[in-house]
Amino acid sequence: MTTQPRLKTSAMIASLAAEGQPTTSAPFGHALIEAAAADERIVGMTADLGKYTDLHVFAQAYPERHYQMGMAEQLLMSAGAGMAREGFIPFVTTYGVFASRRAYDFICMAIAEEKLNVKIVCALPGLTTGYGPSHQATEDMAIFRGMPNLTIVDPCDAVDIEQATHAMAAHDGPVYLRLLRGKVPRVLDRFTDYRFEIGKARRLMDGEDALIISSGLMTMRAIEAADLLAERGMHVGVLHSPTIKPLDAQTILEEIRRHPQRPVYVAENHSVIGGLGESVAALLMNAGVHPEFHQIGLPDAFLDAGALPTLHDRYGISTQAMVKTLASRISLTHAS
Amino acid sequence: MQPATHRVIAPADIPALRRRAYRIRRHALLMGEVQGQGYVGQALGIADVLAVAYFRAMNLRADDPEWEERDRFLLSIGHYAIALYAALIEAGVISESEIENYGSDDSMLPMSGMAAYTPGMEITGGSLGHGLGIGVGMALGLKRKQSHSRIFNLLSDGELNEGSTWEAAASAVHWQLDNLVAIVDVNDQQADDKSSSVLGYEPIADKWRAFGWTALRVNGNDIAALVEAFDSALDSADGKPCVIICDTLMGRGVPLLEDRDKTHFIRVDEDEWRIALKQLDDTYAHSSDAAGSEHS
Repeated sequence: MTTQPRLKTSAMIASLAAEGQPTTSAPFGHALIEAAAADERIVGMTADLGKYTDLHVFAQAYPERHYQMGMAEQLLMSAGAGMAREGFIPFVTTYGVFASRRAYDFICMAIAEEKLNVKIVCALPGLTTGYGPSHQATEDMAIFRGMPNLTIVDPCDAVDIEQATHAMAAHDGPVYLRLLRGKVPRVLDRFTDYRFEIGKARRLMDGEDALIISSGLMTMRAIEAADLLAERGMHVGVLHSPTIKPLDAQTILEEIRRHPQRPVYVAENHSVIGGLGESVAALLMNAGVHPEFHQIGLPDAFLDAGALPTLHDRYGISTQAMVKTLASRISLTHAS
Repeated sequence: MQPATHRVIAPADIPALRRRAYRIRRHALLMGEVQGQGYVGQALGIADVLAVAYFRAMNLRADDPEWEERDRFLLSIGHYAIALYAALIEAGVISESEIENYGSDDSMLPMSGMAAYTPGMEITGGSLGHGLGIGVGMALGLKRKQSHSRIFNLLSDGELNEGSTWEAAASAVHWQLDNLVAIVDVNDQQADDKSSSVLGYEPIADKWRAFGWTALRVNGNDIAALVEAFDSALDSADGKPCVIICDTLMGRGVPLLEDRDKTHFIRVDEDEWRIALKQLDDTYAHSSDAAGSEHS
């Protein structure tokens, strides 16, 4: 009997890229540099996490437009609000846990209540670090969805992040973005007519056996799972919904109604409570549309520390776990 | 404290400011009477500070509250809105006819100050501990624009309980925000009890100085002392933010309310509003006579 080597937690932010997968380094930071070249109102602000949110490349390009606010997230949000009041477009960065858990009131009352033009860009969404619950923003979307006026974006990959950065800069109002940073995989390139647009969901793949509605890195996983299932004769549609709020109700309902018999799987790198899954569920109930409905997401629990591949398997959000879940369901349909 | 060097106080300014403060108090009492309640104790206490801020220190245009070159007054203590409305009415930013709408449905003068409702209300206050941080961001923004405008943030002694206030205090020094003036109203009263009982705040000035601020402490009901403090704060361009700590008396100018057991939210009976107004008028007439100035 052989024992598998135990994987290590590794760095705070382990790369999500598979071996040989094309990646882009710091897509947010580089896109922000481009956006800032076109709009002098853009400034960057961080709470001692510039290096860990890819804002450091912006800081190098525009040192005089970069504000290091110290490890003080309440101040970061208040000062961002003040900057926006004076006509600037601050991109403020920290980790998702700190923005959502610690600075909520400051985002709510200083920024959202007055629809100020602050862009909140936060790393370590969901389970993207094995560091433990202190850094895993597994309920950030649940926390933020109740906040009026705030747009919530959960991009899939480097392509999405680049386009979302420009879209946020052009959008008038506060936005929360769940950032993947470092070497970020590029997977949406293959869908040549794909374009990120705030408030829009896009069909990436079509298939009659099941539909995955996903956001964030789970769209990467959904695409990989759909490819693997296709090799086994199972055809899965993938609808990418990177804007969590406002949800693209029309596109989601249209896609479900196209093949009403398909089981629907909503996949998100987030707790099953309060994120994309429950957003879609409420949408369907309100619309009187009742497909077979499943959620793929993180459990309502403080998650373990450990190596990301281990944890993604453990909590059912790895590609292989998704393949297993969908294959067992689809094989029932095919057998009947 | 450094004496004012660039601003010369004309002797007549003090009586004029005293009259402004009296009128601010009067507007506040009239608004309080509309609701039958309100934070009139705080408004009476802070009226002298607002008179000096709005009619001595700040640069604004009554007919253009969003004038780019104005000084910005941030009220983080939203419940002091009744006091700021009174000052804005006195400044001509808000019409005096709005007094009767205070705190009523669809009024531009809600109980707690909110930016979207009221001209001249720069921020939405009420959630305490926000104002100074917003002030830091605005002061940074003004410096980015190479503007000469200044930020004034009125906060309370209770607001010093909030950790976010001290995050902002540290930041203002780090960024050398000498265009930021904090005003702390020390009336020793917060929601549950005397501020000093809720969470001891002394030594206030030493705390701010330890953070790197220039700290001035004055009797916040002494117009001449306030003028000297505000002038001094505005004349310094030493790269340091300045805090003016104002010891005030809740209910100031209305003996009936000065003597009342102090609570955060002073109760005033229906028949007492007219008495309070009469006492205010008498107090003002007496102080003006004592100062030897004309009183109409």
